Amino acid sequence: MPRMRFIQAINQALVEEMERDPRTILIGEDVEASIFGDTRGLLDRFGADRVRNTPISEQTLTGISVGAAACGCRVILHLMFSNFIYTGFDAIANQMAKLRLMTGGQVTLPITVIANYGGGRSTAAQHSDTPFSLLMNLAGVEVAVPSTPENAKGLMKAAIRSDNPTFFLEPGGRGGDSDEVPGGDYVTPLGEARILHEGSDLTLITMGSMTRMTLQAAMRLEAELGVSAEVLDLQSLVPLDTEAILASVGKTGRTIVVDESRDACSVASHVAAILADKGFAQLKAPVQRITVPDTAMPYAPSAELPLLPNAERIVIAARALFSKV
Amino acid sequence: MASSTSNIQPDDEVLIEMYRRMLLIRKSEEQLFRDVKLGRTPGQVHLSDGQEAVAVGICANLDDRDQITSTHRGHGHYLAKGGDVNAMFAEVYGKAEGICRGMGGSMHVADFSKGIVGANGIVGAGLGIATGAGLANQLEGEGRVAVCFFGDGAANQGSLMESLNISSLWRLPVLFVCENNGFSEFSPSDTVTSGVISDRAKPFGIPVWNIDGNDVVEVWRTALEAVDHCRSGAGPAFIEARTYRYSGHFSAEAMVLSTPYRSDEEIQAWRARDPVARTRALIIDRGAADATACERMEMEVDACVEGAVAFGEAGTAPDPGTAEQLMRMGS
Repeated sequence: MPRMRFIQAINQALVEEMERDPRTILIGEDVEASIFGDTRGLLDRFGADRVRNTPISEQTLTGISVGAAACGCRVILHLMFSNFIYTGFDAIANQMAKLRLMTGGQVTLPITVIANYGGGRSTAAQHSDTPFSLLMNLAGVEVAVPSTPENAKGLMKAAIRSDNPTFFLEPGGRGGDSDEVPGGDYVTPLGEARILHEGSDLTLITMGSMTRMTLQAAMRLEAELGVSAEVLDLQSLVPLDTEAILASVGKTGRTIVVDESRDACSVASHVAAILADKGFAQLKAPVQRITVPDTAMPYAPSAELPLLPNAERIVIAARALFSKV
Repeated sequence: MASSTSNIQPDDEVLIEMYRRMLLIRKSEEQLFRDVKLGRTPGQVHLSDGQEAVAVGICANLDDRDQITSTHRGHGHYLAKGGDVNAMFAEVYGKAEGICRGMGGSMHVADFSKGIVGANGIVGAGLGIATGAGLANQLEGEGRVAVCFFGDGAANQGSLMESLNISSLWRLPVLFVCENNGFSEFSPSDTVTSGVISDRAKPFGIPVWNIDGNDVVEVWRTALEAVDHCRSGAGPAFIEARTYRYSGHFSAEAMVLSTPYRSDEEIQAWRARDPVARTRALIIDRGAADATACERMEMEVDACVEGAVAFGEAGTAPDPGTAEQLMRMGS
């Protein structure tokens, strides 16, 4: 399998899907210059009709996406940073997420919204949010979060092919991560988690940019505590692979959810609620959440970095879980 | 442009059909207002009685392939664009046989098979959606036009500026139709809006008309020109039509407001310029039809509305599972 960077894998998926369906268009601010590199070269390849640099008009760009998708296009909207979801939020929350219901199923909205999320790079509070739970709570949009170049390609293709509005949230700062990526028509279905590392004592549930560090923590747990940790990469938050969560935690009885969301109403707390409802009998210990405290991201690295989940916090939480046994 | 540059007149047949559509809207909405009082509707309605000439005069220049986006005051646009009246009543009554299976209600009537991309409860939301429809139309290259109906209230949303900019920049076939009925919900326009709304489109190089929205012939004639402009690939156009809604912002306002926000004199002055009565007078004056023929048409429309009430009443309550099914994500 060829090796490629995260951003190249996304780019390849975009090229393949735009070639596959001529109704697919890409719009967004600076999609030509492409500060992340994911949409670079597409304007030259597909022309100015299908690839459009837009003005900085998020509330209308999300609305345009709804109208164009409702009238026959397959729309990819690049919103750059996830915080700009907020400036375009009306057409996301009130239109994209609701139109299929409101019209009694008359309309499908094949829209993919790409946005870069997450902190850790001194981008300060307005370029670093992790909007997982905000989007999950809408109910009417799908949410895909890639963690490696492989599923970045696969999830990007699944998102574009979906007839539902789908958010593809790129982990910030991971564009250069390099890994093997299957060639050809490689699609990662939405709603399927994957086990990245098998284990029997503890399940580490994670997604996106937390995944690599969580794998490192699993190695440390094995080496330092002799704890066999399974790492479950959710890949998609809506639909959520509840079965995979219940199956893994049913096997291990203990879980730590590692999530870059702010703690209140996070993915982690939602997973904890699911386990309390449906997996309580299998739990040997309370569900642990490793999240970001309920605070905005500060700029200074000395203040920002300790807020983010890290391998050390996972090891400490795991140690506490097993010392109680 | 103060009004259309031409003086072209609709054929008798077109004029009579526009009258029939206006009557259908008027009588449907009068019925819905009674239905609200009778408790036939689970929710409230926003009526467009008094504004019929705008919806009808514009849509008379469109066909099924063209799209419209509507507002929270959407019954008139829906019926003017050819939406089924039975399915609309069933929808407003909250029935499974409704055009949106009872999931949308009065504020969200939509029929995609007729290019009715939907009424919208968010003021100004149609601006972006119509611009997107215009983008799809441009890429398709078949000459479809998207019409965005919005009110003077929506004109104060920032998305108007964004939509005008983008649609002009990309020369999208979008016709912006501002129905200026003088009120942003309960606030008179002059307390919340500065300047002339149609002037807001001029700096973008968009052709603008500012017209009497209670004169269906003037609306029709202006739309003929404006729709042709959009269809030809020359980019967007903008019509501001001055009009009035008799029944206020919504059907329960008399119950929630402690003091009136408009005078009886004002309402009566607008009723004296009623678009339905004016069209009827014009038909008779022109000899397109006589009073007897008009009365026959009025009885036919009454029967049509009665039929819609019966259809809606006979409808069934939708299953709550419908909502879950429609919201299910994943393939």
